[in-house]
Amino acid sequence: MARAAVPGRLGARLRWLEARLTGRHDESDTARTLVFDVPGWPGHLPGQHLDVRLTAADGYSTQRSYSIASAPDGERVELTVERIDDGEVSPYLVDVLEVGDVIELRGPVGGWFVWRPDEQKEPVLLVAGGSGIVPLMAMIRTRRALSDRVPFRLVYSLRSPRSQWFVPDLRTQDPGLDKTFLYSRSAPEGWPRPPGRVTANDLSAGGWPPDFEPVCYVCGSTGFVETAAGLLVALGHDPRRIRTERFGPGG
Amino acid sequence: MAVISRGFHGRARDQGRELPPGQYETTGFPVLSAGPTPAVSLDDWEFTVRSETGVRHRWNWQELMSLPSETPTVDIHCVTKWSKFGTRWQGVSLDVLLAGVESGAEYALVRSYGDYTTNLPVEDLLDGKAWIAYRYDDEELPAEHGGPARLLVPHLYLWKSAKWVRGIQLLDEEERGFWETVGYHDYGDPWREQRYQGD
Repeated sequence: MARAAVPGRLGARLRWLEARLTGRHDESDTARTLVFDVPGWPGHLPGQHLDVRLTAADGYSTQRSYSIASAPDGERVELTVERIDDGEVSPYLVDVLEVGDVIELRGPVGGWFVWRPDEQKEPVLLVAGGSGIVPLMAMIRTRRALSDRVPFRLVYSLRSPRSQWFVPDLRTQDPGLDKTFLYSRSAPEGWPRPPGRVTANDLSAGGWPPDFEPVCYVCGSTGFVETAAGLLVALGHDPRRIRTERFGPGG
Repeated sequence: MAVISRGFHGRARDQGRELPPGQYETTGFPVLSAGPTPAVSLDDWEFTVRSETGVRHRWNWQELMSLPSETPTVDIHCVTKWSKFGTRWQGVSLDVLLAGVESGAEYALVRSYGDYTTNLPVEDLLDGKAWIAYRYDDEELPAEHGGPARLLVPHLYLWKSAKWVRGIQLLDEEERGFWETVGYHDYGDPWREQRYQGD
């Protein structure tokens, strides 16, 4: 985590932009992908997030941050949002927002948990817990869009096969992307690994040897990230090459 | 001019306590860190203040524990939008730690175990506004929340309250820290919503 390791976006103020919903589809029983057209969107790097602002008729407004799910693609931006039942914003985005509706976005934000294909040539390990797949999916999609040859490995821990997101996308064969699925509660029939939480063996078998000096991106709940990042350090990965993003509650 | 979000009503407005703009209240304590949680042993722990002339002042864990402590109850505000009211801490005021340091520096660069850094003006560390905190909610500060000790500067966004704090460098000229280098605000006042550079 060297200081100034990643030159960031500096300067002009990030403005609120109007974002019109142009499409949506379900990722699971509780999550939906929202596709926005955002005139003036300045572009983003995979892994970055943005701020969403909702305003009620009486002027009350609130904001949340969401990771961007899509690769850079002009003024098109995709978010994948999980409905938190007692949340204030996510049930609105998942259940109420309809095609044609307009909300406000500001971004992109964040210059650390990003993959920069023009600068980074070392292997990449992506470790996702549940909804933590979102910014990592943006990295996979960017790599695919660029036909980039940097070797990627994905270790995706999820509760059960039903809770997987981005199913068609992750079924696509990307040369140089190896995928390992870990199921914590229930695995598909005949799956070689019994259901359970992520282990050092999972990250050793599904990841890279530490002497390959990969950059590791770990994203998920606090508990998942603490565990997975700790295991990577114990396996011998340099903590400075482990970048983490923790998805908290509150959506 | 804000865009009204069709069909959005929001939560019941809490009239009791005021939130900074764009924030919402949480009763949990979310964790945000850029990398793995470093393991810092109390035997090796050290806190260093280095003045702009290069003079170093050091405290080991026993020395920190022997200093008079305070128990501030403060509201904290994270730039990722959550705020938490009434958090209870114990720690040593920076007024105590900086009292014997001869310095006319205006800026501070705070360093952590794990190489995290953040910058803020020296005056924001003084006059009862900042602590080296080592207990939270009557317990030892958990590592994921910055233990054994973290900076606590609750009037600024929480990324300024560096976890796993290791030292403070006093500087005549401002030097940007980790998040500030990648686009976050140099000062970070939640009440003026200074989240990102240019805000």
